[in-house]
Amino acid sequence: MMNTRAAQINAELISNKRVGSYHHMVFSVGDIAAQAKPGNFVAIAVGGESSSMVLRRAFAIYRSTERGVNGGLVELVVAPHGQGSRWLTSLQAHDLVDMVLPLGTHFGIPTEPVRALLVGGGYGSAPLFGLAELLKSRGCRVDMVLGASTAAKIYAPLEGKRSVSSLTLTTDDGSAGIQGQITDVLPKLIEENEIEIVYSCGPMGMLQAITAVTDRYQIIHQCAVEEAMACGIGVCMTCVLPVTGDDGVTRMLRSCIDGPVMDGSRVVWDSKRKIPEGTFGA
Amino acid sequence: MTFSFAADLAGAKLPNPILTASGCAGSGKELSQFFPLTEIGAVVTKSIMIKPRSGRATPRMAETPSGMLNSIGLQGPGVDYFLENDIPWLAAHGARTIVSIAGETVEDYAVLARRMRNLPGVVGLEVNISCPNVENRGMVFSCQPETARAAIEAVRRNIGGELPIIAKLSPDVTDIVGIAREVSNAGADGVALINTLLGMVIDTNLMLPKLAQKTGGLSGPAIRPVAVRAVYQVRAALPTLPILGMGGITNGRDAFEFILAGASAVSIGTATFGNPTAVLKVRDELSAILQERGFESLTDAIGFAHREVQV
Repeated sequence: MMNTRAAQINAELISNKRVGSYHHMVFSVGDIAAQAKPGNFVAIAVGGESSSMVLRRAFAIYRSTERGVNGGLVELVVAPHGQGSRWLTSLQAHDLVDMVLPLGTHFGIPTEPVRALLVGGGYGSAPLFGLAELLKSRGCRVDMVLGASTAAKIYAPLEGKRSVSSLTLTTDDGSAGIQGQITDVLPKLIEENEIEIVYSCGPMGMLQAITAVTDRYQIIHQCAVEEAMACGIGVCMTCVLPVTGDDGVTRMLRSCIDGPVMDGSRVVWDSKRKIPEGTFGA
Repeated sequence: MTFSFAADLAGAKLPNPILTASGCAGSGKELSQFFPLTEIGAVVTKSIMIKPRSGRATPRMAETPSGMLNSIGLQGPGVDYFLENDIPWLAAHGARTIVSIAGETVEDYAVLARRMRNLPGVVGLEVNISCPNVENRGMVFSCQPETARAAIEAVRRNIGGELPIIAKLSPDVTDIVGIAREVSNAGADGVALINTLLGMVIDTNLMLPKLAQKTGGLSGPAIRPVAVRAVYQVRAALPTLPILGMGGITNGRDAFEFILAGASAVSIGTATFGNPTAVLKVRDELSAILQERGFESLTDAIGFAHREVQV
């Protein structure tokens, strides 16, 4: 369902700490924090008033707190890998940013307690910790696996680990946890923990590989997709990807409005640089 | 003395001269969570085509210095869906609507024009004859006088009634004044200047064009001087032809430039991507600037940069 709860606010930066390769940033956002759910994201204008960067930058919400000494808070995990994110991570406490939130779909929470596996790639782990807390509060067993190219690129803060029954790490270079890819360990984790649902967030290639595994085990896979966005609010039509609906028709859906959380088995993966045959309107 | 901000765009009477740009406001619903659509002069819809269209493959977008490239390729659900869903919703929310239409053939424009008769809340028609994201560059109607004329004549013959027809032109031509004259003679009540400029970005990591379809339309502040020049030239040559100006407007000062160059109203596109409430910012700042500069009305400022001065 289309999210029409978003607001545009001036958010005050409360703290900005470097954690490994990333920055953990906390913003005071007021009452709107109560509307944010795991999977939702924010869009921030970058570069200041005379910026040559005309597009917003989207960040998954790591955590939101309805009430604190600074009112409602949202926390983000930002990788300073581009000009916009470097500008953002260079800000200091009390600086203001133009933020639109909460945006997009959120992770669906089962009505009955289930056995869930949360899978994150790089800073894609960010929205999974809030999700883990929520699932645990509903009586779910939560296991987690995080992977990255190297140890410094795994985001796994101590407080985030409290809600998970087990945490498995994988790195390409073996600098932390098991050497290899996340999908190398998935079958074992799914079987041993009798997993009924997989939640994931990370690069598109990883989400595609996870879908291949969840399809094989015939379990639900809710993934938060990562497509380049220009607006984050559904007006620019740049962040689309092909998704097959209940009616069997594949349509180009906006990952900012119909996503970012999508049913992995419905996404037509491997569609970079081409429109899949038979897509509605192709 | 009361200041009048009302705009008359080729016969469309609007409370203020600030419009969305086609393809930059979704269906209207997406922006309405940030402000009531009645706050702006009019909503210009995405370009409506006869059939549903998936648009082009991704990547479709590349940010550029003070701008962006897009190659959406007119993704949309087609005219039937639009008339059944978007038009009633816009009308129910009190929006003044200018429908943008786009065709692949002259006959498409004729069919679409017939479908636009007597729609609730619709105050004008923008005829997109200049989308750069088409397979065949020869199909950009506004790039040749003959095809531009044929498309606009088809709309004029089929629209009926008083609905203003505004032809949206491409800046990718040698003589934009010649094209404007041609569409005016063919029955256009005004022109929209300018559509995006055709551009390309090459990804130096992949060593390939960044966009899947290689080229895209450049928009944003980077193209503003090109747009202001086009508006100024057309105003100078055809002083009675109303102009809807657009191209990189992000604030009131930018909009004032277009009004001074000769635009009767302006559209805000790319700025909305960076700021969902950009249209309101432009509206309030332009109103303040016009009053600060002593204009009694918006109308008095239109084309003011064309006056003869001794220096």
